[in-house]
Amino acid sequence: MSERVIDILVSSFPQILVRGLLVTIPLTLISFALALVIAVLCAMIQIADIKGLKQLVRFYIWIIRGTPLLVQLYLVFFGLPDLGIMLPAFPCAVAVFALNEGAYCAETVRAAIESVPKGQLEAGYCVGMSYVQIMRRIVLPQAFRTAFPPLSNSLISMVKDTSLAANITVTEMFMTAQRVAGRTYEHLALYSEVAVIYLLFCTVITWLQRLGERKLNAMNGGNVIRA
Amino acid sequence: MLEVTGLRKAFDGNEILKDVDLSVEKGDVLAVLGPSGGGKTTLLRCLNYLERADGGTMTFLGQRMDMPAVTRRQAAAYRQHTAFVFQSYNLFANKTALQNVTEGLIVARKMPKAQAEQRGMAALERVGLADKRDAYPSQLSGGQQQRVAIARAVAGEPDVIFLDEPTSALDPELIGEVLEVIRQLAEDGMTMVIVTHEIHFARHVSTRVLFMDEGRALACMPTEAFFQEQKLERIQSFLRSLDRKEG
Ligand SMILES: Nc1ncnc2c1ncn2[C@@H]1O[C@H](COP(=O)(O)OP(=O)(O)O)[C@@H](O)[C@H]1O
Ligand SMILES: [Mg+2]
Repeated sequence: MSERVIDILVSSFPQILVRGLLVTIPLTLISFALALVIAVLCAMIQIADIKGLKQLVRFYIWIIRGTPLLVQLYLVFFGLPDLGIMLPAFPCAVAVFALNEGAYCAETVRAAIESVPKGQLEAGYCVGMSYVQIMRRIVLPQAFRTAFPPLSNSLISMVKDTSLAANITVTEMFMTAQRVAGRTYEHLALYSEVAVIYLLFCTVITWLQRLGERKLNAMNGGNVIRA
Repeated sequence: MLEVTGLRKAFDGNEILKDVDLSVEKGDVLAVLGPSGGGKTTLLRCLNYLERADGGTMTFLGQRMDMPAVTRRQAAAYRQHTAFVFQSYNLFANKTALQNVTEGLIVARKMPKAQAEQRGMAALERVGLADKRDAYPSQLSGGQQQRVAIARAVAGEPDVIFLDEPTSALDPELIGEVLEVIRQLAEDGMTMVIVTHEIHFARHVSTRVLFMDEGRALACMPTEAFFQEQKLERIQSFLRSLDRKEG
């Protein structure tokens, strides 16, 4: 590697990392938090079988899962202004990522809630607890333990998917790398560098996931849940 | 204390319970016997409103209820006086043995935690599992789980406990410990309705027997008479078939 390439890498590294910490990570966390709220709401609506709303949820999930994320980003950022709805790039990205991830996580959350044996709900009724009490204290904690690994997976996917936001002018990590690469023509070096930073972020999340799982296991009495 | 008349229940047009009458007095241990598919589980579930009956009147502690019309609130109030022990234990998997016992007391009955724990420990002692207070269900054997479930039932100081085949899911060597706990409860005067295939147990512990077959109560009589003076051929042949199985 030439001295020039090393210089470029060294000077661009903090620049890219800072965009990661200031844009990629907040974009991911805010979007994912909203996605979780959407997911739990959608899952509860489907499980409680609320007429009308349930059909709406199915429709939303159908649309989101059947269209590419990139197309959704373009639709909202470049398409909606035609209807007079104009959003700044960052909130626009948050909205699309949250709605997109929410649809996928809704299925994860629903499956997790349904995986808690129904007998525990009945046992709860028999000791006098209400539906809401049983959900909050018995079912959801167990469902959360079940959903935690797939949700962590979704979070990791999202960290990387935020690079698509570069397409709608959000200056996150990838766009920053792109700009330096365009200026210096060191494509291999710059894209490798940004890849390493994504890898770094995802590794930290994986590590946090393991920590979280250990904690949740302790709270649920081991991960073997016998019938 | 508990009297039910004309209990009917159908699933998708299939009549599972056809006009069942029964009565339980304080201190009774009513054994519900009969072949599989006869409607025993459905009967118990209707009695605790886990299943909504299509017809029937219940009189409980002097209060009459039209079973199909019972509201959620009425069912909840009724369940303050009853307890249910399931074939598959149904312990709360995210709670310890003691928490399983105290959860209903603290959350549903708003009992102070210290008092609930005191009562919970007494219940665990009664089933011989005080030392397992901090164990999670996944760390307990089937027999121990069922004993915790019985402790959970007892802790609410119910007027009657419904038990649906409490030993059917257990390995043979674990059945004895659970039956012993139930026998002890009976000795202490606890009122129980228990579905069981343990005929020897029914004979020696129950005070009355209800025989269910194809959704009908073919007999509801004192245990002694049920076994000694059985006239119905259907019941005699059922008892003979059990004798053969038990050798
Ligand atoms: N939720 C249900 N939906 C449809 N059929 C049911 C349901 N529960 C029980 N049954 C039917 O009712 C009949 C009696 O079942 P059950 O009460 O479990 O009998 P038992 O406990 O005596 O073996 C069976 O034929 C069973 O298939
Ligand atoms: Mg049954």
